[in-house]
Amino acid sequence: MMSGGLRKSRWSVGIIGATMLMFGLVTPSMAQRRPHPSTDNPPVILDGNPVQALFVQGSGKTRIYMLAGAGGNITLQVGDEGVLLVDTGTAPMAEKTLAAIQHLTQGLTDQPIRWIINTHFHPDATGGNEVISKAGQGVAENISSGGIPIFGRRNEAQPATVVAREAVLNRMSAPTGQQSPTPAAAWPLLTYISPKQGMFFNGEPIEIISMPAAHTDGDSIVFFRHSDVLSAGGVFVTTSFPVIDLKAGGTINGMIDALNRIIDITIPEDHQEGGTYVIPGEGRLCDEADVVYYRDMVTIIRDRVQDMIKRGMTLDQVRAARPAIDYEPRYATPSWTADMFVEAVYKTLTPSAAPVKPQNPANKGAGQRR
Amino acid sequence: MCKTHSIPAVVVLGAAMLAMPSTSAFAQVDLTGTYRILWHWDITKRNPGTLPGDYTGLPLNDAARVRADSWMPSLWTLPEYQCVPHPSTYAERGFSGANLKLWTQVDPRTQQVVAQHVLGTVGEPERFIWMDGRPHPPEYAAHTWLGFSTGKWEGNTLVVETTHLKESYLERVGPQQSDRTVVIDNWTRHGDYLNEITIIYDPVYLTEPVVHSSAWVLDKRIEFLRHPCAPQETTVEVVRPPGVVPHMLPGKNEELVKYAITYGLPFEATRGYAEAMYPEYMEKLKTLKPMTKESKAP
Repeated sequence: MMSGGLRKSRWSVGIIGATMLMFGLVTPSMAQRRPHPSTDNPPVILDGNPVQALFVQGSGKTRIYMLAGAGGNITLQVGDEGVLLVDTGTAPMAEKTLAAIQHLTQGLTDQPIRWIINTHFHPDATGGNEVISKAGQGVAENISSGGIPIFGRRNEAQPATVVAREAVLNRMSAPTGQQSPTPAAAWPLLTYISPKQGMFFNGEPIEIISMPAAHTDGDSIVFFRHSDVLSAGGVFVTTSFPVIDLKAGGTINGMIDALNRIIDITIPEDHQEGGTYVIPGEGRLCDEADVVYYRDMVTIIRDRVQDMIKRGMTLDQVRAARPAIDYEPRYATPSWTADMFVEAVYKTLTPSAAPVKPQNPANKGAGQRR
Repeated sequence: MCKTHSIPAVVVLGAAMLAMPSTSAFAQVDLTGTYRILWHWDITKRNPGTLPGDYTGLPLNDAARVRADSWMPSLWTLPEYQCVPHPSTYAERGFSGANLKLWTQVDPRTQQVVAQHVLGTVGEPERFIWMDGRPHPPEYAAHTWLGFSTGKWEGNTLVVETTHLKESYLERVGPQQSDRTVVIDNWTRHGDYLNEITIIYDPVYLTEPVVHSSAWVLDKRIEFLRHPCAPQETTVEVVRPPGVVPHMLPGKNEELVKYAITYGLPFEATRGYAEAMYPEYMEKLKTLKPMTKESKAP
């Protein structure tokens, strides 16, 4: 299967590698195998608090942690300028999450929580927004207009700034006079609509990248360039089949595109392991290989359902054929069964797919764009 | 055609090795040394690898069979697969000669053993078997190809528990093990011989544990060479549209009968049912029709 030319290129790599070895040009990471990444970094546990933190990696004084046990995973970046969070877990866990954050960051920074980025609108990602943002302090200068702070009066303490796709704000809020699904204090008020939004915090560039029509219609992934950590939000979890929120504009092909985008960004260190770490929306810390296996699973099931649709099978027939049977023992859960997943795949691949609840037009353009 | 062994068979093997006359090194609990692998059994599975459709010796569930049936070797042409190493369950007995180097890591302040290291030749897998009583990481910690291992001595046997493994293959023709796999290795040195009995528990894909054994003999001539594999060593071997994952659709894999036809076995006997691992199955085997070149895939 390997062409002659490619064989030659592999030989070239081998010769270069041998030369590097001869002249001692082997990098430390290549020179020795390392133990399991958590060997020297046991979880940070606060007595009686189910929210625990695992150090992932960092760059200089900037460190990235994964917080587990808050409902959904939270990515925490801490450094000289303060704390940045990706997602905030569920509302019932917010106080405990905040306690864990304060315990963890004590001694690492004397600055407050400055930024919160929401990867999507679901309550496991945004539930802690209100409590946690109020405990922080935004960088008002960054979101002012003509020198006038937008959020309140000058010199008044502002909550940490919440950033998300505009669709997130639209789904969390409601037109004036109507009851919104979430309190205004939880809304992301700095939104973006471009394919990518960049920011610089704690000495490193951070990319907030839009993942269209994947888990929902407002997904983002967040890539910390120097720390080499990617926060995947709802488009990648290790605890279930991909949850496709049809009513909120999620699609199977958007999910697959998102997983492939993550694979494009991540670079393993050696033997397809380590390098860029990926913090999933739920579940365990991962690297590229874990995303690859998950991508394969989702793609294979999509291909099977697509083939059944081409053969004219109805949804009931497709469900009965169990196209996800080989992954059910691992990924089916009571709240997101294989049947539910297969139905979502089927509906997004057929012309009569479930209608997407439109974003509230009254909120179009709400929020501030950088 | 002995494949994966049942527990009694492993016990008999262990007893036989105990009866071997030992020569020089008789340090029963010092595993330090370099060892050459012995290929006396399961050779077709271990080197070079068996034919598609050979699930013999594996107690697979239905999910595992469907998954294995959909596997295609072309998957390994994707760039992201080309540096994937063997998992620890396979590296020490698998392809290309899994010679080993074992040594202990001690705390220089106390001379207490901190870890037992096991280095293999293929891809340089280096296992750190922690002997200092540290706990396994929480479930939400990263998983690796070699997993997280802790060990303790039970008599002259080093018993190792490994968790936090990445999803990978049980055999290189489709059968997989999940990331929930837990492995118990039993390392015993009998004179110059080193024996490992591996028990693989996978609640996702196995109906009962897989048990297999491997053996090595002390050999000071073994060399261990560098074997890095980083992304720059991967290539696009087959140009495909973005996002393609090679796999076989259900019912379309005609390769699955090759093993049964090649060895004249009934198809059912090759499908990885647990009952086929035991001697009693020989009676049932006599009642089943072997496959021939003229047979059609079930």
